[in-house]
Amino acid sequence: MSEVLVLIDAVDGKATKPSLELLTIARRLGTPSAVVFGSSVPDNLGEYGAEKIYQLDDAVYGEYLVGPKAEALAQLVADKSPAATLVVSSNEGKEIAARVALKSNSGFIADAVDVEADGTTTQSVFAGGYTVKAKVSTGAPVIAVKPNSAAPEAAPAAGTVEAVSVDISDAAKGAKIVSSKPKEASGRPELTEAAIVVAGGRGTGGDFSEVEGLADVLGAAVGASRAAVDSGWYPHSFQVGQTGKTVSPQLYVAAGISGAIQHRAGMQTSKTIIAVNKDEEAPIFELVDFGVVGDLKAVLPQATEEINKRK
Amino acid sequence: MTNIVVAVKYVPDATADRKFNADNTVDREGVDGLLSELDEYAVEQALQIIEAGEGEVTVLTVGPADAADAVRKALQMGADKGVHVVDDAVHGSDVFATAKILAEAIKKIEHDLVIFGMGSTDSNTGVVPSLVADILGVPAVTFGSKLTVDGSTATITRDGDVATQEIQASLPAVISVTDQTDEARYPSFKGIMAAKKKEVVEWSLGDLGLDAGSVGLDAAWTKVESNAPRPPRTAGEIVTDEGDGGAKLVEFLASKKFV
Ligand SMILES: Cc1cc2nc3c(=O)[nH]c(=O)nc-3n(C[C@H](O)[C@H](O)[C@H](O)COP(=O)(O)OP(=O)(O)OC[C@H]3O[C@@H](n4cnc5c(N)ncnc54)[C@H](O)[C@@H]3O)c2cc1C
Ligand SMILES: Nc1ncnc2c1ncn2[C@@H]1O[C@H](COP(=O)(O)O)[C@@H](O)[C@H]1O
Repeated sequence: MSEVLVLIDAVDGKATKPSLELLTIARRLGTPSAVVFGSSVPDNLGEYGAEKIYQLDDAVYGEYLVGPKAEALAQLVADKSPAATLVVSSNEGKEIAARVALKSNSGFIADAVDVEADGTTTQSVFAGGYTVKAKVSTGAPVIAVKPNSAAPEAAPAAGTVEAVSVDISDAAKGAKIVSSKPKEASGRPELTEAAIVVAGGRGTGGDFSEVEGLADVLGAAVGASRAAVDSGWYPHSFQVGQTGKTVSPQLYVAAGISGAIQHRAGMQTSKTIIAVNKDEEAPIFELVDFGVVGDLKAVLPQATEEINKRK
Repeated sequence: MTNIVVAVKYVPDATADRKFNADNTVDREGVDGLLSELDEYAVEQALQIIEAGEGEVTVLTVGPADAADAVRKALQMGADKGVHVVDDAVHGSDVFATAKILAEAIKKIEHDLVIFGMGSTDSNTGVVPSLVADILGVPAVTFGSKLTVDGSTATITRDGDVATQEIQASLPAVISVTDQTDEARYPSFKGIMAAKKKEVVEWSLGDLGLDAGSVGLDAAWTKVESNAPRPPRTAGEIVTDEGDGGAKLVEFLASKKFV
């Protein structure tokens, strides 16, 4: 079986869930080889199916934006001639993937939500209003896959680490990271990976405590509409929608969110959708499996209490 | 003196009924189009830089005849001149062809800086800026939530998930800015009048030294095989809160085994 390169994202030395999903998807196409930038290799890559692990350990990858990583991955693609290359569809992942595809004269597909064995991909476009099937027709496909597109499956493989070093050109070192201030972790699940998301909008009036309360009893991530973010009520990294995160959880609860098309773009593919909104005409109700017309300040705390009682 | 090119895209209105053509390309004619709202932020940043110093802003678009509207809007906001690459052969181009066309056009315009939006509101891949930078061999400083230009250095702030970063690059560089940058201005009456006299040049692929066969649908490295409207979601159950809305919500959650 031919090799499939999978670019691994790691946080604190652990592969992210979307990266493990990629290893599972890669097994449909061939034999996964993980690609890891940095000094530590996550220890569960073999367990999830990585036959080989290419480690590129050089400070340069952390000192600049995507230039060096794209150049190195393109070099690896040139050396290994993989059947396909998969990355997580984040802003950075897509930039790396597109540049790798450009350098290797291969087609690129962004934001895939499914990849079939023959390389056919599914994408959700126009704010989730259309589903598109596409296939790379030139070169070995480079595909950026959205989180939650598959369930990671353990599939023990050798996981042999092979150090790779690539000379990076000066041209790739143009965008220098001069400072980096880590953000405090919220302690909640990562928004794009969470099975449940509870999101608040302008209807919260700026107080997210009811939203957070419900999120915490459900073990959910918290999301926000752009109106809430623009008002300074919640950080931008929690924004759901066209210019924020796309989420596709098992359950999405929208509280005090009207359901504008740009917001829908980020949550329309959620499996189950619930809304709480004072206005029965709010467009969000067109999407829901269950809706409560009412004040979130009353409905959410009652729901939270009820769940606690059942525990 | 800082001369800036702003790349803007003409997109189908997101609030209208967006559609596909029979060849699986995005319908850019049957649906009302406009300047991608996310590119307005790029125009705004360019105008602010010029207003604080000296130089010229050229707006550049690649698109069908109607895309001239997007250029016009940017000129009304205050950009100095427009370039519209229009050629039937462009239809159906993939990101690589679009990036190559933009790069060739940018080479022909005197510039220190190229500013992009964070993503087009139709395809929204967000990769075109990085590809253009790669082709031009200049730094790509992308997804800035704040942009400053000082002499020959551009600095952006990136509001990432795990960290807030500051990124620097020397000019010429390609920048993309997010909707977290300053709100874009509306064209003033004066701006609208002034835009009527501003020059918009049209270039064909030939003017850029590009072969028609190297772009467009047939040259795309990816083929869209089919498209289908998402089936409408089946109508859900909606209850009105009569003091028991929260409890009913939990009953629903329990029926779906979420609690
Ligand atoms: C280019 C572009 C990109 C955009 N990107 C995004 C994006 O990524 N994400 C995003 O979310 N938006 C985005 N938007 C903005 C979007 O168009 C909407 O403006 C935004 O989603 C509205 O947020 P909201 O629903 O919280 O506020 P509103 O539309 O003001 O809705 C508030 C809702 O809360 C309800 N409400 C009020 N009080 C209560 C209460 N006490 N209890 C219950 N309900 C209550 C109201 O009935 C109303 O329905 C974008 C817009 C543009 C132009
Ligand atoms: N046809 C085009 N003409 C001009 N600029 C474009 C075009 N397509 C994309 N861009 C620019 O590239 C950015 C990112 O677009 P995209 O990669 O399609 O999401 C946009 O915000 C525009 O600034």
